[in-house]
Formats: sequence, C-alpha cells, structure tokens
Amino acid sequence: MPPETTATPRFEPLVDAALIAALHAVDPIGLGGVSLRGYAGPTRENWLTALREMLPAEGSWRRLPLGISDERLLGGLDLTATLKLGRPIAQRGVLAEADGGTIVVAMAERMSVTTAARIAAVIDRGSVALARDGLSGEEQTAFGIVALDEGLEPDERPPEALLDRLAFRIDLGRLPPTADLPPIHDRRAVAEARDLLPSVAVTDALFEALATAAQNFGINSMRAVRFAICAARASAALDGRTEIEHDDAALAARLVLGPRATQMPSASEAPAAPDEPPPESMGEESGAEAPDAGDDDAAADKPLAETVTEAVVAALPSGLLAGLVAASTPSRGGAGQGRSDQTRKSSERGRPIGSRKGELRACARLALLDTLRAAAPWQRLRRATLGNSGAVRPAILVRADDFRVVRFKQRIRTTTIFVVDASGSSALHRLAEAKGAVETLLADCYVRRDEVALIAFRGQSAELLLPPTRSLTRTRRSLAQLPGGGGTPLAAGLKAAYDLATAIRRKGDSAMLVFLTDGQANVALDGRGSRAQAGEDVAVVARLVAAARLPGLVIDTSPRPQAKARQLAEAMTLRYLAMPTANPGLISAMVQAAA
Amino acid sequence: MSLVYPFSAIVGQDEMKLALLIAAVDQSVGGVLVFGDRGTGKSTAVRALAALLPKRPAIDITKLVQQSGGPQEAPTAAKKAAKPQMEPIPVVDLPLGATEDRLVGALDIEKALTSGEKAFEPGLLARAHGGFLYIDEVNLLEDHLVDLLLDVTASGENVVEREGLSIRHPARFVLIGSGNPEEGELRPQLLDRFGLCLEVKTTADIKSRIEVVKRRDAFERDRAAFIEHWQKEEQKIRRRIVAGRAALPNVETPDHVVERIARLCMALGTDGLRGELTLMRAARALAALEGAKTIGDKHIQRVSLLALRHRLRRNPLDEVGSSLRIERALEEVFAA
Repeated sequence: MPPETTATPRFEPLVDAALIAALHAVDPIGLGGVSLRGYAGPTRENWLTALREMLPAEGSWRRLPLGISDERLLGGLDLTATLKLGRPIAQRGVLAEADGGTIVVAMAERMSVTTAARIAAVIDRGSVALARDGLSGEEQTAFGIVALDEGLEPDERPPEALLDRLAFRIDLGRLPPTADLPPIHDRRAVAEARDLLPSVAVTDALFEALATAAQNFGINSMRAVRFAICAARASAALDGRTEIEHDDAALAARLVLGPRATQMPSASEAPAAPDEPPPESMGEESGAEAPDAGDDDAAADKPLAETVTEAVVAALPSGLLAGLVAASTPSRGGAGQGRSDQTRKSSERGRPIGSRKGELRACARLALLDTLRAAAPWQRLRRATLGNSGAVRPAILVRADDFRVVRFKQRIRTTTIFVVDASGSSALHRLAEAKGAVETLLADCYVRRDEVALIAFRGQSAELLLPPTRSLTRTRRSLAQLPGGGGTPLAAGLKAAYDLATAIRRKGDSAMLVFLTDGQANVALDGRGSRAQAGEDVAVVARLVAAARLPGLVIDTSPRPQAKARQLAEAMTLRYLAMPTANPGLISAMVQAAA
Repeated sequence: MSLVYPFSAIVGQDEMKLALLIAAVDQSVGGVLVFGDRGTGKSTAVRALAALLPKRPAIDITKLVQQSGGPQEAPTAAKKAAKPQMEPIPVVDLPLGATEDRLVGALDIEKALTSGEKAFEPGLLARAHGGFLYIDEVNLLEDHLVDLLLDVTASGENVVEREGLSIRHPARFVLIGSGNPEEGELRPQLLDRFGLCLEVKTTADIKSRIEVVKRRDAFERDRAAFIEHWQKEEQKIRRRIVAGRAALPNVETPDHVVERIARLCMALGTDGLRGELTLMRAARALAALEGAKTIGDKHIQRVSLLALRHRLRRNPLDEVGSSLRIERALEEVFAA
C-alpha cells in the first residue's frame, strides 16, 4: 500500500520502483511512461516483467530499436504487398501499432532528437499524421513508453523532448543488481484501480500545492505538474479511494517532481527566479534548511503544500543534490544537448536525400516508391509486348531500368575550434573578440551546417568551454561566463585543441584550428609556472599538430606583432595573421577564407 | 481529427495569441514563428487556431494545376468559376518525417499502376493554398525540404518536375512554425520568411500555472465537455476574426503612421523593406481586430516587437539586445 512506504525508513528505492510500475500500469497514457536508467541486468528485467504483469494482457508490448527508420516508426509502403497487388499498400508504423500498449525504447540515451521529436508529436496529437511515400492520413494512437537509458555520463541521456513526456524516472544504480520487486499489486487490483480512475476527484488545493512545489523547485515544464496530478490520482485509485489524500500527493511529488528538481526552494519563499534558475542559488543551501524551506506563507494554513514540499526534498538525497548542482551549472537544457547533438550528427551522415537510377547492389537500398513510379507509365506498353507468352504474370512489370536506389547524403562537416588565450591583463578584451568571432561565424555557417567549439586556456590548464555545437542559444549561454586572467598555459591549450581535433577526425569529420594568442607561454603542460619548460612543451605539441596536418591559422593578438606567435604558426605549419585590433567580423571572414 | 484544445482556454501567452489572430485577420502579414520552451502550448495554440478560422469559397486545386509551358491563365479566374461552395480555411500540418513527394505532390501512383493514367496527386502545398502551413519543430526540418519551402514561399508557385510530370500550381500560404531554439538554429533565409516572430516562456505567475494545469487536466479527462464549456468564448473570438477580416480593407493608414514606421525601421537599421511592410500590415490587422478605423500609435507599439525582433542585424553577443533596442527606438520615435 502506498501509505506504508512514506512511514517506513523515508523511502525505499525498490519499493518506489515497484510503486512506479503499478502507478504507470494504472494510467499509462496519462503518465506517459518511465525512464529506466542503468545497465541491463536482472533487476531491469524483473522490473519490466513486473510491469508487464500489471498491464492489461491484451495490450501490445513493442520494442523500438535504435535508429528505426521513419517508414517503420510512422508508417510507409508495404513492400511485399505493394509488389504483389500492384497498387500501393500502406503499412502501419510501430507508433500506430502500439496503440493501447507499451513501447520499450532500447538505448534511449542514443536516440536522435529527430526521432524523439517525431514520437513527441505523436504523443501530443494522440495520433500519427502521415505524409510519406505517397501516403497520407491520420490514425489515432496512444501508448505508454518505457525508455531504457544506459547512459553513463551525466550528459548521456535520452533527448529532453522524450524525457519531458515521461512521468517517472528510476535510477537502477540505486537498486541492488539482482533484485525481485516486492509484489505490491496484481493485474486485477491494477485493473480495478483503472476503472476507478475517472471518479477520483482532484481538489483545487492539490493543483495549487503541486504547481507551487514545481515552481519552487525550478521545474519549468507544465507537464510535470500534470503528471504529478495523474500520479496522485492513480495512487488513490490503487488504494480503492476516490479521494486523494496527503499520502497520495506526497508520493506523486516524490516520484514525479523529485527527480526533476533543478533548485531548492529559496528560504524567503520569494517567487525565486522563476524562469532560469540562477546557478549560484542552487549550491549553497543544499541540505540544512531544506525541509522547513518554503513554508512561511502558504504552509501555515495549508499543510498539503508542506507535505508536498517535504516529499520532494526527501527525494533529493545529498549526493543527488550535488549532482544536480553540477549538472545544471552549465545550462538547464545543456545536459541532454551534448549527446543529442552527437547522435544527430551520426544520423545525419548518410541521410537519404531522394533517389537515383541505379543497380541493386549489395550496399544499395531500393527506393521502392520511386522504382514503382518509374515503372508505372510503361505498364500498358510492357503488358502489350509481353503478349500471352509468360505463364506467370506479375502484377507489375519492373525492368532493371526502373530500379531507383536511395541516395545518401554524406557530407563532411567542419568544426572550427577556437583556442583562445584567456590569461593575463588583455584577456577580457581578447575574449570579447573571440566570443564575437565565434558567434558571428556560427550565425554565418548555419547554412553549411558546420560547427564551432571554443577552448580557453588560463591559469594552469585549458578548458573546453564550448563543445562542438551549432546552436547559437547554447553558445551564448556557455560564453556568457567566460573567465579570464592568470598564467598562460599555451601548451595545454594546444594539447586540448589537438585532442579535440583528432577526436573529431576519428568521427570522420574535419577540424580546423584558430588560435588567438600572442605566442607567449609561461605555464608548462603539468601546470608548473616555468617559462623554459613551457616553451619546450609548446614545441612538442606544436610538432604533433604539424604532424597531424591540421589546417588552421594563428591570429596574433598582441598590440605589436610578436616573433613568438609567428614561430608558433610556423611550428604548426599554420597560417599566421597579425591582427592587433581584430574585430569579430574580420576574424570570422578570415576563418571562412581559410576553411 | 481528434478534438483539439480550444484557443480561448489557453492561459496567458498573450503575445502568441495576438500574433496568431493577426495572421488570421491578414494572411499577407506573412506567417508566425513561435520559439519556446517545452510544454508552453506552442502547437496547441496553432492547432486551436484552425478551429476558429472562417470559411472561404472552396478552392479546387486540381483546376489550378497547369502544365508547364501551357498558356498562362490567371488563377483567380479559375477560382471565380468554381461553385460558391464554402470550406474552412485550411491549416495544413507538415508532419515530421514527411517526404518530398507528399509535400510538393507527385504522380498518382495508384492511378498510374492500375489504369496507366498519368495523373498528378496534389501534395500538402496544394492543400495549404490560401490557408496556413504549420511546421512543428521547424528547426529540425530536413534541409532539402527547407530549400523547397524557401522557393515556394518566395514565388507563390509550386513547380513539380518529376516522374514525367511537368506542372505548376499556385501555392500561397501562411507559414507557421514552432520549435525549441536549443535544438538548432533556423536558417536565416527561412527566418526571414516569417512575418512575425516571438518567443514563449513558461509563465512565472503561480496562479496562471495552476490554471494551466487545471484546464489541461479537465480537457484530458473529458474533451467533449471541455470544448462545449468554452464554446461561447470560442464564438466570440471567431466573430472578432470575421469582423476584423471584413474591416481590414477600410482601416486607414495616415501618413504620419507610415512615416513613424519608416523612422522606426531606419533607427533600427532593419534590412530591406520587409520589416516596414510587415509592421504596417500587422498594425493594420490589429486595428481591424480591435475595431479601430485608423492605425494608431498604440497599434504600432504593440506589434513592433513581433514584426521586427528577428530582422535586426544580428549582434549575437547581447542576448536581450533586440527587444531592448526596439523598445529604445520606439521611445525615441514616439517621443518626437
């Protein structure tokens, strides 16, 4: 029973996992689904089995493989039937077929943003709108989703568009590796709860408590609140009640709002930074005064609000809070972004861009519809010439000449890596130029779909401030707090740039380096402040760059052109440009000319 | 079609609603681009607009289709010849994953295979003619489709040269796009095709947040009843749109208004004349919507952000830049 869990030792991850399965089984459509983060293993299998046993037996259970084609996802032409019958036969996609059932997304952390956007659109509409392969139509569908997320790094996670539409998240890492779920509810109990669901009433106080809690914890998406409402309703129904009690609300807040929190409610209960939670406000008050936070005006006469807030706080163990602070510092949406950028990249490579006449060889993919289109006008003629000779007469006469194969677009993208000297006194000035150049370049190169990255070196090391990206919004965010000052670890900057460039090359793309420096170095690779060692290190790394034949240029930013910067350019076999009063537009133009 | 959430039941988001109503009153304003966070009701609003649009004389696109190289016939003549049958102004959804053949139209494969007839099957562009084309996640749209749209929106004509077909038909429609800016930038050329541009954010007001969730929950639980409940409000808006469309041709544009608009755009250094034109049309549509007989200063002030914020020369460094610059320019121009 749900009420027991709140009483016993705060909360038990395993019981929570079982409860989530039950709640989701009661209202899979209203709650959207569950994201299961962690390795494949017995616990994950057991959880999936437990969920399946609570869902209606007749509902389908479909696995969505990674990199599913639009044809199978949304629907398309049925190859065999089309060829057999001689007229286009539509085939439903997985999303339509899963109506009333469950979709299990394998390796959800690697799902591309485009796939996620398609699924999201279908969830939001409640139907699949199809306009592909000569087919168009709309078919109603609704399903629950279980996203299997095997990501390791914090930014390795399913696309935000998908996560936002799933009510629950389970961290398998907090469960024992081989655990059976406590059997809380069986299929019949869940079915009864499902029947009871429509008559469960939601009070205004509950709406208010959950919406307020969501805002106080920096949860922006309005879907989260709706999910919390649905979860509370399901919890009451599971218990055979038509009234939602505090325990239901607490459970919903803990399971739905807890994992989404991006900030602690500010102690003063001021409408704290509603839109973009300022990163600094998250770190300070992580634990101590949390439980009694946010109770002064609302909670006194509305204990429900207090219950809800406490429940959310309870779901934030200190470790998670620390992670939360770390994860949300660069940007709110940034975490999911890095990964999806990468997946999008790989899915873009070899994206079909129409078809061409061609033979069907091993590696070619038949463009069925285009082949049929090519064959169509000739059918009568061919039939006539065929006469009565053949015993077997196929519905469509396709000749080798008709074959069309899918053409893939495989373009190499260039990532321009800016390496900026952020040390010393002129840093601020130089950084501003670099920022401007990065953004101007980004705005310009969207058409070419190229990317930009930025490495700054200062103090003892170099830092990748902007991982390769195309998003202006993201760039602005990362560049907003570009730090400056300190020593000049030029070698570290070169090394970081070299590493990034070779990593990009390994992925099959090309990289270009743009250094903004005066060529001076006074911090060695290991972070020690030694001018001699620093110079040696620079020479070593420069040879690496030269050996890798990386293209690029060195922009000398010192007020008076220095021999050092020129030597550096020569050592790396890069172009040298003196630009004491560089302006962003000029740098951007230079870079484009050099590319 | 599934039942859609009523336009009038959308809490807050006034700028977005205003932009859509303006586009509904004067389609020549040139489209609306809505950028914003997840779950802010972008696509809800656009789909809800479809239910509010008035009817128009039915257009049979097959009658407008011409063989390329054939005699140039004024499409309006064909339109007039059609029966005065009425149909709702279409809002055509361009679903994600749509293929080129469905967008521009293609050889009707069924007819071709079964009867050997070479017939053109119109695509989404044909269906959207005279209405709206809605692209959700517009910044995720594939490149070759963007190219296509750019061409068609510039020429107002869809030219199909494929599979032995060689035809063209008029395709003038209002583009409505929505997307999340964090998922990718929009190509500047496409950005320019949108008349109005705005960014929506989740409201910070707790009361409206509660109201949003409440209404959404009520809608999800019983769609028909919810829509019924908002019937009256919907009627009101529908009447406003109809009245606005009727009043539009009679709204006067005094010379000093034109001058102010020109001065504003000059002060901001917007590229080309499109900014001025859009601003004037949007202000006129707003005046019509509010039953005013002439465009007033307040109309310009209310739509200038919508019409200009995406037309300023990009200075990517300052984030709040464009809005602030427009506001300052407004103050200057109107203080004079």
